[in-house]
Amino acid sequence: MSAATEILVPGTAGEGEALVLTAPISFWGGVDPKTGRIADVRHPQHGEVIAGKVLFLPGTIGSSSASAVLMELVHNGRAPAALVLHEPDAILLLGLIVAREMSWQTPIAVRLERDQFDSFRGGQVAVGADGSILRRLGILDGLP
Amino acid sequence: MSLALIPQEQAIAAGQDGAGMAMRIVAESARLLGAPRLIPIASTHIDGALYHGDSGTLFAERLVEGGAKVAVRSTLNVGALDLMGCSRIRLEEPQRGMARRMMEAYRKLGCEQSWTCAPYQAGHRPTLGSDVAWGESNAVVFCNSVLGARTNRYGDFLDIACAITGRAPDYGLHRPENRRARLIFDVSGLSPSFLASEIAWPVLGSLYGREVGNAIGVVTGVAGHPGEDALKAFGAAAASSGAVGLFHIAGVTPEAPDVATILAGPEPEAVIRVTPDMAAKARAGLSTAAAARTIDAVAIGSPHLSHAEFDGLERLIAGRRLAVPIYACTGRHALALLEKDGRRKRLEASGVVIVADTCVVVTPIMPDIGNGVLMTNSGKFAHYAPGNTGYAVLYASLADCVESAVLGRPVFTDVTA
Repeated sequence: MSAATEILVPGTAGEGEALVLTAPISFWGGVDPKTGRIADVRHPQHGEVIAGKVLFLPGTIGSSSASAVLMELVHNGRAPAALVLHEPDAILLLGLIVAREMSWQTPIAVRLERDQFDSFRGGQVAVGADGSILRRLGILDGLP
Repeated sequence: MSLALIPQEQAIAAGQDGAGMAMRIVAESARLLGAPRLIPIASTHIDGALYHGDSGTLFAERLVEGGAKVAVRSTLNVGALDLMGCSRIRLEEPQRGMARRMMEAYRKLGCEQSWTCAPYQAGHRPTLGSDVAWGESNAVVFCNSVLGARTNRYGDFLDIACAITGRAPDYGLHRPENRRARLIFDVSGLSPSFLASEIAWPVLGSLYGREVGNAIGVVTGVAGHPGEDALKAFGAAAASSGAVGLFHIAGVTPEAPDVATILAGPEPEAVIRVTPDMAAKARAGLSTAAAARTIDAVAIGSPHLSHAEFDGLERLIAGRRLAVPIYACTGRHALALLEKDGRRKRLEASGVVIVADTCVVVTPIMPDIGNGVLMTNSGKFAHYAPGNTGYAVLYASLADCVESAVLGRPVFTDVTA
């Protein structure tokens, strides 16, 4: 499974387990900036860790400090391996834009239609620096 | 349409200094937002100086090292420390030092040391129709709705970048066509006594935010101007329960002399008729500890208390000694007036803890007691206190908050919606 995306914020290519969120999330108050753990008890993926994952975001809500939380995750080495958004979120992505200005290594953020998220669920996913997104066949698919 | 920068903006963006960094951040945001150009702004209000982690401090210090200065009037929202020394902040080192460095960096960038979420009551009031770049949800909604100046919700980092460049992306609420109301929120079905009560505005704000989300509505059925502190409470509650950036009140707010003028079309897309039952449910929804038999503290001042609100507080306490503390959050603008006539000492002698430059939901101030119960008259505190402080919340009028603080147990006066 592969798909073409639009690059929202350029960054380092990333590979990791897909984490497909099933509800919008508020990064401020919703994600622990030190660990990358989803802290919002009302969120369906509460307790999952976004660090190192290819994070699929159906939407974001809430505070205008989401950018600060994402930049803090980058600075703490707990950012997702790549971000896949249904639509550009200028407040959240500002965290990556500013981190790039600080010359920190930042993950790439790309745009992909929400209805394609499911085909990556549970897989090992690679997002290239050119914005290409690829699901690798592997252990998680029951194959060697 | 893609973003076009004018040559002067392009030249600044090519620089390796702090101004270049700021211009690139504004331009990249504009590109993501789909803005065709940048527009000049008259002022900013900056929410980015609240410590969330070291990276924000390092960013602000990088701007300082790059020689950046704000190009327009810029006030600061709350920080994580009480620099006036009124209250004790339980933030430990090394976070405390990093929070202080952050506040200091924003000062060096040329921002005013206002440290308040109510800059509009501290002398920062942009004129009707002017473009500005404000952060902090209650300040944004007040600026748009009550002052009629034009701003989007500017997030951390973009606020200071706009301040340094004096520019903002041209989109959203900067454009007059996006400021018209599509919904009517009619409160004429509520009793005049409820509408005249202090709790009406925070309760209705909370309901409004949940009902309209990020759409723009006009409130109808309001008899007269309820006063600026009531509008402040309404906007703050609405911006915490929904993504409200602008509301109108027919006959009250400046862009809505009447309903027809502010509606986007001949007919509204929806009419929300508020019933007494809806108001009662919204009021109940602000409390998370309805069965509490005692309270541990009262917190007021979100947004920061005005001088008039301190008058009300002092009148209600009437020199009595409080059984549990009232945390009264405010800015140094109000503090200066309190100091002048010895009122601060009198309030503190009663058991009021004045919190300046910050507030109890953004930094650790109240004791970490576990299962604590907090009473508040603020819709915004009611929304954020459970998650940010661990205290369960009871919502009540200021009069009930004060009586409860005197007795140490919750007292409610019934007001029928």
